[in-house]
Amino acid sequence: MFSRSAAIIPQCSQQVRGMATLKMISIRLKSVKNIQKITQSMKMVSAAKYTKAERELKLARPYGIGAQEFYKKAEVKDEEGEKGQLIIAVSSDRGLCGAVHSSIGRIVKTDIAANPNTKVVIVGDKVRNILQRLYAKNIAMVVTEVGRKPAVFGDAALVAQSIINSGIEFSKGKILFNAFRTVVSFRTTEMPLYSQNAVANASKLPVYDSLDSDVIQSYTEFSLASLLFYSMKENATSEQSSRMTAMDNASKNAGEMIDKLTMTFNRTRQAVITRELIEIISGAAALETKN
Amino acid sequence: MERMALTRSALRLFSGRFTQACQVRGYADAPSMSLTFAAPSQVLYNNISVKQIDVPSFSGSFGILPAHVPTLAVLKPGVVTVFENDGSTKKFFVSSGTVTINEDSTVQLLAEEAVPVDTLDISAAKELLAQSQSQLASASSEVAKAEAEISIEVSEALVKACE
Repeated sequence: MFSRSAAIIPQCSQQVRGMATLKMISIRLKSVKNIQKITQSMKMVSAAKYTKAERELKLARPYGIGAQEFYKKAEVKDEEGEKGQLIIAVSSDRGLCGAVHSSIGRIVKTDIAANPNTKVVIVGDKVRNILQRLYAKNIAMVVTEVGRKPAVFGDAALVAQSIINSGIEFSKGKILFNAFRTVVSFRTTEMPLYSQNAVANASKLPVYDSLDSDVIQSYTEFSLASLLFYSMKENATSEQSSRMTAMDNASKNAGEMIDKLTMTFNRTRQAVITRELIEIISGAAALETKN
Repeated sequence: MERMALTRSALRLFSGRFTQACQVRGYADAPSMSLTFAAPSQVLYNNISVKQIDVPSFSGSFGILPAHVPTLAVLKPGVVTVFENDGSTKKFFVSSGTVTINEDSTVQLLAEEAVPVDTLDISAAKELLAQSQSQLASASSEVAKAEAEISIEVSEALVKACE
């Protein structure tokens, strides 16, 4: 029976006395219970943030979709040129949210491998950590302090302004973010980004009346901010829902561990008691036979 | 052609109106246009069919009727008037933004901030104007001057909208 109880606790590789194992199990049990409390409260917090984010996203969706309409209707295509590609990877600073950051990091990595002349503007620390080791040269700008509070248009405008001020030139561009589908699923999507030259050379642009370069410039700058805002909103909702799911799974797993550990604890406790009883009884029997 | 007609009939289904024009194909007659008027935090019109829209833009204020020539414009601080199909008019104050009129008579009016005009308070607007004017007087750098001038332009338009 003792060897069996030792096998139930695999991390105790050597046979230790029953009492010490009991203490270790109870310490472990307490820590797993604490972790379960933490993950449960994180799930509650994410659920609240998710409801708010989803509400704001519903209001922002017509704005975001409207901002992309012109590029679709005017059939703007990527510029033919060698100025390289610009990727704006939209994510956030905080982890424990499932595959949100890693899916974006993965796509950026494959893109850079396919197209080495790529510059990346990173919104959010987590993706920076993923890309920094191998692709530090391609990182043009990093935006931090993202994700703590819901995004407002001013934030997107700030990022757009910095991108414009830095004078990055590109022939084709895209914004990479996680589009929200349902509470349990999101999809990493890309929105195309067109440079001013690409817009000026669009096939259907002559249909549009009385346009000069000033109007095109203001239009592209404003729509960059609008598209960034929309992608931030979508990403925030995906992140919160993903974190909710992840913390929920963590709580369930912690619950299972607690059940198993409690079983082990009780069995070990009973084993210890039985062993003590046997010691006492055999000691008493030995005394009797001696007498 | 088919794509435009499909979009148009889809938009009409969207706005819940089955007009006879559904049967008609062709670019020349578009009896109504579909407006999407949104700000980052609110939706005012989402693919709603309207009769006319007056917008204030940097290249002058102009009215948009169905089958308006496609164009792009940048909005100036001012009042946008929407004439709906049932005859009612709604006015909104916009701070800035862009307007896109596409070939298939869809209009996207994206404003940075848009509020109904009747929620504006004229005394607060006048106070804002006074504040921005004093800001311009005390502005030192080019950037600060430009920012003060922008806020003067917006507050002047606000005051005008309230009257």
